[in-house]
Amino acid sequence: MTTLKRYWFFFILLLGLFLVAWMNQAIAMKTVQLTSKSILDMLFLLPPVFVLVGLLDQWVKKETLIRFMGGKSSIYGVFFTLLLASVAAGPLYIAFPIAVLLLKKGASVRYIVFFLGAWSTVKLPVLVYEFTSFGSKFTLIHICFGLVFYYFTGILFEKIYGQQKLLKHDITKET
Amino acid sequence: MINAIVLYSIATIYLGVSFIKDKHKTKVALWSSWKMFRNVLPDLLAIMLFVGLALSLLTPSLISSFIGGNSGLLGILYSTIIGSIALVPSFIVFPLGHTLVQNGAGLPQVAVFMSTLMSVGLATLSMEQKTFGRSFAYARNISAIIMSLLFALIIWVVMT
Repeated sequence: MTTLKRYWFFFILLLGLFLVAWMNQAIAMKTVQLTSKSILDMLFLLPPVFVLVGLLDQWVKKETLIRFMGGKSSIYGVFFTLLLASVAAGPLYIAFPIAVLLLKKGASVRYIVFFLGAWSTVKLPVLVYEFTSFGSKFTLIHICFGLVFYYFTGILFEKIYGQQKLLKHDITKET
Repeated sequence: MINAIVLYSIATIYLGVSFIKDKHKTKVALWSSWKMFRNVLPDLLAIMLFVGLALSLLTPSLISSFIGGNSGLLGILYSTIIGSIALVPSFIVFPLGHTLVQNGAGLPQVAVFMSTLMSVGLATLSMEQKTFGRSFAYARNISAIIMSLLFALIIWVVMT
């Protein structure tokens, strides 16, 4: 029953889909097509990411990560975080479990915010599309402004949220 | 496709190395991966269905008519709202934006639309809350909206 309860939002949406199907079959068909495609994409991308996160959790020592992304890592931390975020593929929600793991291993809040920001702004595989569709000026403004903005947001957030405060919600634990 | 191949290769290699070095650790790692997966699955399924519904109801030509080149601030507002709600795979975002511009949408409006699509997620908010807590999740999304608006403003000033 508890498992079923966690799917309540999904079932409500499913109900919505039936409602749409009743009114307009073409739109409902398109929805089913789009949804099944993105679910397949997700089932395809997510397992290796989670396996890597699980392995990282077991093997990477806290001290090592603190050196790279801890409070005293300064400019090194910026580059390391940027590298981590920009080679990654996939939507932002994949970054959440990764961010939590980094946090658990001692990364400072500043770099976590920067990591999430960079993930949603700079991604090397996607950069090609942005460049070809919108040109170099647009792309450069987007990247430079985004990174500077999220770096300062990170500094601000670090003052507000402590590491421990964010770690109360550990998704690797049973809920 | 290339992404997936690279990801799977990396994961397989590390998994192999880990298994040779320490079977027990590898088992624990895989078990925690599985728990993570099981924890996010209900949210993800709902998100996918939500996005599927949103994308089939809102076609590119319909969106373009809301956020045309002359739509100004109201257009910015519309694209912020649509972009914050919807969630599309990142490699689709820019081709989609390109289609919108070709359909007559304004560049700053499309800029804020694409930026919020990638960084703001109302659909994923419940999942983000479970991960980082409510306050942080809201603050992060609000900061992403501010970033997108400022970005659109810069584009407006510099490129139109």
